[in-house]
Amino acid sequence: MDISFDLLINAIVAGLLLGGFYAAVTAGISISFGMLDIVNIAHPGFVILGSYLAYYINIHLGMDPIVVSIMMLPVFYALGCLIYQVYHLSFEKRGQDALRGLAFFFGLLFVTEVALILVFGVDYRYVEASYIGPSIHVGFVDLPLRMLVPCVAALILFGAIELFITRTFTGRAIMAVSQDQLALQLQAADPIKIKRIAFGLSIAVAAVAGALLIIIQPVEPSVGREYIGRVFAICVLGGLGSMPGTLIAAILLGIVESLTATFYGPSWAPAVAFGFLLLTLAFRPAGLLGR
Amino acid sequence: MSPLLHVDNISKRFGGFTALDGVTLEVAPGERLGLIGPNGSGKSTFVNCISGTLQNEVGSVRFDNKVMDGLAAHQRTHHGMARSFQLPRPFHSMSLADNLRIPLLYTVHARPGQLRTSAELETRCHELLDMVGLLPKAWQMPRDLTQVEMRKLELARAMAAEPKLLIADEAMAGLSNSEVEDILALLFQLNERGISIILIEHIMSAVMKFSQRLAVLVSGKKIADGKPDEVVRNPEVVRAYIGE
Amino acid sequence: MTRVNTATFSLIMVAIGVVITLIAHAIGVDYLYFASYTILQFIVLATAWNILGGYCGYVNFGSAAFFALGAYSSVFVHKVFPLPVPLLIVVGALVSGLVGLGMGYLTLRLRGSFFAIATLALAVVLQTLVVNWDFVGGSRGAYIIRPEFLEIGSFKIPYIEYLFILMLALAIIALITARTIERSQLGFGFATIRDDELAAEACGVPTLRLKLIATALSGAFMGMAGAPFPYYIGYLQPQSAFSLEYAVNSIAMPMIGGTTSWVGPLVGAVLLGTAQQYATVTISSAVNLLIVGLMLVAFVIIAPNGLVGLVQERLRRKRS
Repeated sequence: MDISFDLLINAIVAGLLLGGFYAAVTAGISISFGMLDIVNIAHPGFVILGSYLAYYINIHLGMDPIVVSIMMLPVFYALGCLIYQVYHLSFEKRGQDALRGLAFFFGLLFVTEVALILVFGVDYRYVEASYIGPSIHVGFVDLPLRMLVPCVAALILFGAIELFITRTFTGRAIMAVSQDQLALQLQAADPIKIKRIAFGLSIAVAAVAGALLIIIQPVEPSVGREYIGRVFAICVLGGLGSMPGTLIAAILLGIVESLTATFYGPSWAPAVAFGFLLLTLAFRPAGLLGR
Repeated sequence: MSPLLHVDNISKRFGGFTALDGVTLEVAPGERLGLIGPNGSGKSTFVNCISGTLQNEVGSVRFDNKVMDGLAAHQRTHHGMARSFQLPRPFHSMSLADNLRIPLLYTVHARPGQLRTSAELETRCHELLDMVGLLPKAWQMPRDLTQVEMRKLELARAMAAEPKLLIADEAMAGLSNSEVEDILALLFQLNERGISIILIEHIMSAVMKFSQRLAVLVSGKKIADGKPDEVVRNPEVVRAYIGE
Repeated sequence: MTRVNTATFSLIMVAIGVVITLIAHAIGVDYLYFASYTILQFIVLATAWNILGGYCGYVNFGSAAFFALGAYSSVFVHKVFPLPVPLLIVVGALVSGLVGLGMGYLTLRLRGSFFAIATLALAVVLQTLVVNWDFVGGSRGAYIIRPEFLEIGSFKIPYIEYLFILMLALAIIALITARTIERSQLGFGFATIRDDELAAEACGVPTLRLKLIATALSGAFMGMAGAPFPYYIGYLQPQSAFSLEYAVNSIAMPMIGGTTSWVGPLVGAVLLGTAQQYATVTISSAVNLLIVGLMLVAFVIIAPNGLVGLVQERLRRKRS
């Protein structure tokens, strides 16, 4: 195969930008699955919900999607807290989280997708903003702004979460909950409340990621399902609950996907993430930097 | 006579934390061994490694002159090792009788040359329940049991596997004096039939009464192993308990 | 309650099957065959899912993958060397069963939640492979010409009736198998895996082996359900074979019907299947799926043991 160097470098750069974005999408799952051990497969559904909300407000009020996403944070945080309460009362308390919890989230994912189809239809939707379209050129390398801006925003978001987890009391309590619930109780902190905050946070982050997603690409309701594999592949590959690991795994996946799409065609791209996931689960379930 | 259980220098790490550090221990056929240690000293990890629930990274476990390393827990149970869980883990969707029927079917009945008819299994089930005083509740569900009764069920289920070695992991925690006596009598009875027993307990009176030999684990290391009266006077042992 | 043994139960089921076949033949309306086929297919899928999900507690999100494997095996074989449908069903069973076994071997040593995610991953990977494989039609799809009639000597019935009878037979076999497992030592072992896998191992239950059996059986039945599908539908596209509709329904039907017994998936499939046939025709298929999803969430929260569980609760309370 005649591999053009230009093409290769551009594919890698695109993959890097994509990977940065993937890290933000996965950050939510790193919290809910990596730290709280809740298999929230509905997470990508909330991402897409965020995308559509950003689209709606963008189209009707002309607001920038990133601004919209920041406004959406409290709404989605509250939604996340609510869902956690239901999850906790129905499943965690009864000790039946395994089977029923999974079915619950699967149901939520499904309902979200179908509801979006009913309201918006299956056409692709996209947003309008000043930075969608132009690119920066550095030599022969193209940096499309519609990918660069979300990537930068995503990395800022990711950094903010990492700081929150490691520097604030609540953040460290979340890490503590993931390791030893009993010890946390002895410190007079309520583990349920901490978990609720953490889950709310994970959903809020999902919404922001959604707003970024619709800047990068047009969305339609079933796009969420593609992200299930990506998100869990990155989470597992990076080692559950390890934020640095998540970032590295996300960038790795982004690059491999980009190379596959460029040289083998975009129809193979979904298989990359899921293939990664299967391989990791089969051979190295602790991930690259696992605990 | 070669030891029934020979644990040779096993270590187990969880991430950066070393739970077991080079523990060597032997149990002779028909012996009563007591194992004590402060909370977090690695006793449960030790049990998990011997029984196959966890796999030790370093060292080896030999049972009945066979190498156990790499074998799954159910295989070790087939070879004759049985353990009860510190926090009872009954099968909550089945009656007590059915809980006991599982090891009878899957271990005893599965051993070569040990085929039992369903009538024999049924009888054995009732015998075991009777031994722990739970026969009247044979058809009730585990959720209807008291904590104490659940521990007895746990022990009965381990006994049902007809082991050569029974590991009783804190089976007496929270029991009254008379209940402790009942369990001890049960264990003595089993031992008379030639079953080796490792008793892991915090109730010192029971441990002293029961053990022919006493081993002490502290922070993943074995710091003492010998006659009970000598071990309890060992200064290191005293320091480990009082200095806590 | 008297315990009906397996042989008697099988006879009863076969008798019911024969009666249904004769009644359907007497009515002889094509639409009835088409609609009933779908419901029978769901009975097989729901029962198959429940063997791994309800009995063992391991959730499979990729039912569509095993179903589609059966369908695409038929397409593949049809293009190479046409075989009668019953043999295609056997092929579908083997292919899906083996894939189930393989996937199980790779992932069942992990926690249940990892297994569930892996099944989702498998579905997408398989779909991508099929979409890119032109021999079986790729994304354009594959046509299978359905003959109008089945003729064996002087015996002649509409082909759709033939497919209906085959699926009815499969449903009966699936139900008998599920019930037999439930009452056997195997089913007993499955229940311990669901209740407490660690304790099961300690009691001598070979959990990995049992889980592999469950995965292989479950996969095989799903493949069997999928094998006649290309003939039923005439034009097979990856979107329809791998449709999310199958994944959701094979989970919703057993969970709404009740996961601890063979009756649950049957009840769930008949009720939900019939309701969906009605809804798809009167409302839209999207609303219909929305309702299924909402019911799944509602039942999982409110009635975790499904309709069968509710009935059992009622009976137990009446007795005491």
